Amino acid sequence: MRGSGMELVLEADALGKRYGSSWALRDCALRLPAGRVAALVGPNGAGKSTLLHLAVGLLRPDAGAVRVFDQAPYGNTKLLAEIGFVAQDTPLYRDLTAEELVTLGGKLNRRWDAALVRHRLAQLGIPPGKPVGTLSGGQRAQVALALALAKRPRLLLLLDEPVASLDPLARREFMQSLMGSVAESGTTVLLSSHILGDLERVCDYLIVLHSAEVKLAGPVEDLLDGHRQLMGPRTADDRSIAGVAAVVRASHTDRQSTLLVRTDGDPIDPSWTVRDVDLEDLILAYLTDGGPTRASHEEWGVPA
Amino acid sequence: MIEFVLDSRSKVNTYVQLVQQVKQALRVGLLVPGDQLPKVRDVAQSLAINPNTVLKAYRELEIEGLAEGRPGVGTFVTATLARGALADQAELRAELVDWVRRAQAAGLTAEDVTALVATTMRATFPASLKEESA
Repeated sequence: MRGSGMELVLEADALGKRYGSSWALRDCALRLPAGRVAALVGPNGAGKSTLLHLAVGLLRPDAGAVRVFDQAPYGNTKLLAEIGFVAQDTPLYRDLTAEELVTLGGKLNRRWDAALVRHRLAQLGIPPGKPVGTLSGGQRAQVALALALAKRPRLLLLLDEPVASLDPLARREFMQSLMGSVAESGTTVLLSSHILGDLERVCDYLIVLHSAEVKLAGPVEDLLDGHRQLMGPRTADDRSIAGVAAVVRASHTDRQSTLLVRTDGDPIDPSWTVRDVDLEDLILAYLTDGGPTRASHEEWGVPA
Repeated sequence: MIEFVLDSRSKVNTYVQLVQQVKQALRVGLLVPGDQLPKVRDVAQSLAINPNTVLKAYRELEIEGLAEGRPGVGTFVTATLARGALADQAELRAELVDWVRRAQAAGLTAEDVTALVATTMRATFPASLKEESA
């Protein structure tokens, strides 16, 4: 496997960022090994863009530390050469043509593979002479990705998956480009997303953020191995079950309980029907709060 | 060169799907020793999947002694799963086609035929079925 050594690309320890009195990211601990394609998943406002902006050095931490290739990114221009960043809405200078952007990139970057980016854009059928503002959203996203890759970055950050708002075909074409270049360059990728659909095929590392906190992080394979869905007769939430380390999420009907659990490696109590989980089950379980509470019912003045 | 296709509705792991397709191609003689498997980059790009998944599938094939990676060149088939001469297979297939036509003429639907084949296989060829599902 690429980067099978334990070289760490991104590390965070007790990392926090505050806007006024509220924490956008709090007590964040992460270790992203090299050669991974990692998904950063969470609802809007969970802290995804804050984390990526801290990693690329656009924000300064208010607590703890973040390190990229063992260096602090804030104000570190030397480190910037190693990081490719494709931001939300693929902001390019819309009046410039793709050709002009390639030339500009060559002037602004110390390391710049103009041949690579030209080749890619030609293969994608991007017109060189049209202002990029007049291109389709999918083409603009492809231009932004090609420009980011021309730096030959060792870490590529994709904020809110620049094609999240595009049609399925453009999205697939973008993912094809991305996976092709990852295979070629061995770049470590961290992409934030709120689309769960095909993450399972693309990502081999998962970070779930919710309410400014990391709820779950690790290699996808280990995470899927370490969780199961259990179905059985209704049980109390606090009853301990053989083989289960923790209940992540529970739902009940009057006679049945369905639990998504973290296993402890021992055989699971055979009175439960056990099913494997997929990535989507796992993400949704960790993103769901306790659900409706007595308090929320009281606040709305309706019976629980 | 073969081209991989994924079944998006299948719950089978992506890398297992790749391994199974190579084995299937080896069984029917579509791939023979010496053939090159598609480059990791090309598979990752055309299927929009993580290159590590392709590497994992190829490593699995290496462990099973069916393929070998040559650094900087690619991954090549080193063994076959085709049993018997391929000519025999063609003959058997022709006989099977005749049989299926007869079954059709006798009023059997496709499902009837599949069920009949499955039960016959279970009765006369139990070991191979176990191997398939393992």
